[in-house]
Amino acid sequence: MSKDIKITKGMDIKLVGAAEQNTSKAALSNVYAINLSDFHGITPKMLVKEGGEVKVGEALFYNKNKEDMLFVSPVSGELVEIERGARRRILKLKILADKEQESLANVILDVEKASKDDVKAYLLKTGCWPFIIQRPYSIIADPDDNPKAIFISGYATAPLVADLDYVLQGKEKELQAAITALGKLTPGKVHVSVGKSSKSPLAGLTGIELHKVSGPHPAGLVGTHINKIDPINKGEVVWTVSPQDLVIIGEALLTGKYNPQRIIALVGSSVKKPQYYTTKIGTEIATFLYASGVNEENFRVINGDVLTGSKSRQDGYLGHYNNTVTCIPEGDDYEFFGWNKPVFNKISATRALTFSWLQPNKKYDLDTNTNGEHRAFVVTGMYEEVFPMDIFPLQLLKACMIQDLDEMEQLGLYEVAPEDFALTEFVCVSKQPHQKIIREGLDLLQKEIG
Amino acid sequence: MSDKRLTFKKRLHIIKHHYRGKKMAPAFNALHTFLYTPDETTHSGSHVRAADDLKRTMNTVITALIPVLLFSMFNAGYQHYAAIDAANGVARELSVFGNFLTWDNFWIGIIKVLPLVIVSYGVGLLVEFIFAVIKGHEVEEGYLVTGMLVPLIVPIDTPLWMLAVAVIFGVIIGKEVFGGTGMNILNPALTIRAFLFFAYPTWMSGDKVWVYEAVDRAGGPDAISGETILGYLAQNNASEYSYSLSDMFFGFIPGSVGETSTFLILLGGLFLIFSKIASWRIMLSAVIGALVMGLMFNGIVDQGWIGETSKFYGLMSFPFWQHLIVGGLAFGIVYMATDPVTGSQTNRGKWFYGFFIGFMSVMIRVFNPAYPEGVFLAILLMNVFAPTIDHYVIRGNVKRRLKRMKNANVLPTDSEGEKKKLQVETA
Repeated sequence: MSKDIKITKGMDIKLVGAAEQNTSKAALSNVYAINLSDFHGITPKMLVKEGGEVKVGEALFYNKNKEDMLFVSPVSGELVEIERGARRRILKLKILADKEQESLANVILDVEKASKDDVKAYLLKTGCWPFIIQRPYSIIADPDDNPKAIFISGYATAPLVADLDYVLQGKEKELQAAITALGKLTPGKVHVSVGKSSKSPLAGLTGIELHKVSGPHPAGLVGTHINKIDPINKGEVVWTVSPQDLVIIGEALLTGKYNPQRIIALVGSSVKKPQYYTTKIGTEIATFLYASGVNEENFRVINGDVLTGSKSRQDGYLGHYNNTVTCIPEGDDYEFFGWNKPVFNKISATRALTFSWLQPNKKYDLDTNTNGEHRAFVVTGMYEEVFPMDIFPLQLLKACMIQDLDEMEQLGLYEVAPEDFALTEFVCVSKQPHQKIIREGLDLLQKEIG
Repeated sequence: MSDKRLTFKKRLHIIKHHYRGKKMAPAFNALHTFLYTPDETTHSGSHVRAADDLKRTMNTVITALIPVLLFSMFNAGYQHYAAIDAANGVARELSVFGNFLTWDNFWIGIIKVLPLVIVSYGVGLLVEFIFAVIKGHEVEEGYLVTGMLVPLIVPIDTPLWMLAVAVIFGVIIGKEVFGGTGMNILNPALTIRAFLFFAYPTWMSGDKVWVYEAVDRAGGPDAISGETILGYLAQNNASEYSYSLSDMFFGFIPGSVGETSTFLILLGGLFLIFSKIASWRIMLSAVIGALVMGLMFNGIVDQGWIGETSKFYGLMSFPFWQHLIVGGLAFGIVYMATDPVTGSQTNRGKWFYGFFIGFMSVMIRVFNPAYPEGVFLAILLMNVFAPTIDHYVIRGNVKRRLKRMKNANVLPTDSEGEKKKLQVETA
């Protein structure tokens, strides 16, 4: 049975540099890296020492608070460096790849017959567990929880992100295996959302509740779907998985091997030939970036999309959860009278001498300039225009800023993730860091309430 | 040219880094960001940002005020000469190009209105700069609009020193003590207006202050009238003024400097709604509120509940919709009630907030014996109540969430996956 979700509040940010539907194989990377900042709130305990050898799928470290949650290597080779920061906190693990890749082979699980605990143990052991994210708090799911539902969004609406219909082509078998396994982990439903007119392979799967979504961004964000389908109440937990991670989970279930291969989109106006690449988690971005060519020197590499991605570098590495690498020009220059002259080349949610409303389909070449300075919250009513959830965004942000736990709870902080506030952050005239405020609010709530 | 600009840009950049962290940095940055949008890039969260900043938002409101300001400069002179003609018994026919848009009229605007603008901006921004330097934060843009509003809502003959004192009071007590732009409870421009009204009532009300030189000439042989329409009405002297409806709508009437032209204010309001800077909800509901109250008073008169001898008769019998085109109601609704900081912040709250501003404005207008104008008091009053309105709107959302939680019956806590009834805590 399918239910339609129609989103009206939102905004599509149309940018130059969308990927052409053409996939190349990225060059093999010499060094792979795991960035610990991808795993929010995890304290790693190393299992391999510097200089140790690992196979693909062999555990590198585990979660200090959940010892059976393993984080595995995407490549076989030698752990050459454990990069540490302040107070010896581990920042990054670097693995020098072997010429011959060898995978750790696990005993294959019969998904149909497996029990809930079998599935859980298997996902934890194979290193697939960290792909499962929970709400509240937007962190890696706690295996001891019993989620009321699992949500998967097969509809990508964020600017320039990889087209999920395209990258999931031919992966029906893996997706089905993963869905069947995940279905055992929840007493509730597995909700899958796809675009209204899409031919997503996700739509044909069994054991799911299918939803068809239409409307502007954030219509594709899983948080929007949760809010519209089955909102989270205090004390409840839902899990979310992104569809490309389902493929990795499915393959691990079918073959017994962890294969962190993924089709990613290299996009953005700084890329000469934006297109798709087959590559692996943790690979050097340079292995495909220069194959497409770059337009300028001073640009920013973003692991993910322009709204929610993390800042990386040309010699950075593909993140654990990313299927998009975006390159846009840096905007570190002054603009003469930028605050009062008419603006034709930037996107705006208003019509205050900004003219993006005249050409709704024009594609823009935006840079990283903030277009103004950080100010106190002044304008009201603007965030609501791009925020489709039944939540007061401004009031929730303020509750987080003053660290009022009761208010944060009551206004629905349990239901949101930082990514849900990316659009409000984009349109904010006061240039407040919304996603950071929400992240800190979630961390505080988790610390104080658990 | 472009080379020269580059070096200028670079030089400013170097000075900015030189001043970084020093006491005077906010003062320099305020001037610098006025010339150039900074070279700041995003660090966390969204990597791209929309084109608008707070300066642009404020600038849009100022743009909407410019026609009103220009009109008011001509009107200052026109009302002055019209009052002289009236005192001498000379009939005067309005002709926009003949005797309105003239240099003589504009000159009075230059010597009377412009100094008000300069003092308002000069003194206000000075206070802002001093506070920014003392407290070490950037100069925020809130005063850009306030500084333009203030000269437009005072009587034309307001002495400049008085205005300066009021501005200092308004900016410090109305805004800075709360933490600056975005934190204030009362509209700073109206705080300034209220200060003037209560500190110097003789200069702010009566039948002399609304036309240039009316005060100076009072009692002499060349005395002229400086009364507003509301003033006549409050004294039950509706027959004494001879302004037509189009005079009222287009603004060829005496009043506070910028409040008279409902037509230009309407255009400004439409521009603000179109540019999505001001809330149409507040404007529309305030108009509805004023009409409802006006209708109620008209109804009272129609029912014969008060007679022509009642001191409220003049204003109560004033056709309800004409309240919108005389006095400061339109100006207040468009430019002051829509202040996002002091108004209601929720969309539903804005309906209530706006409605009561319109409603209370007309009510105060009718029942205030000393001063037949209510919009600034009504807005200040609703500024105080805006957080309360928002509180109830937000509680509605919270209640909905609590109700949803009560209806949910699965609480996943234990690893066995057993269903447990949810214990709802009631606050």
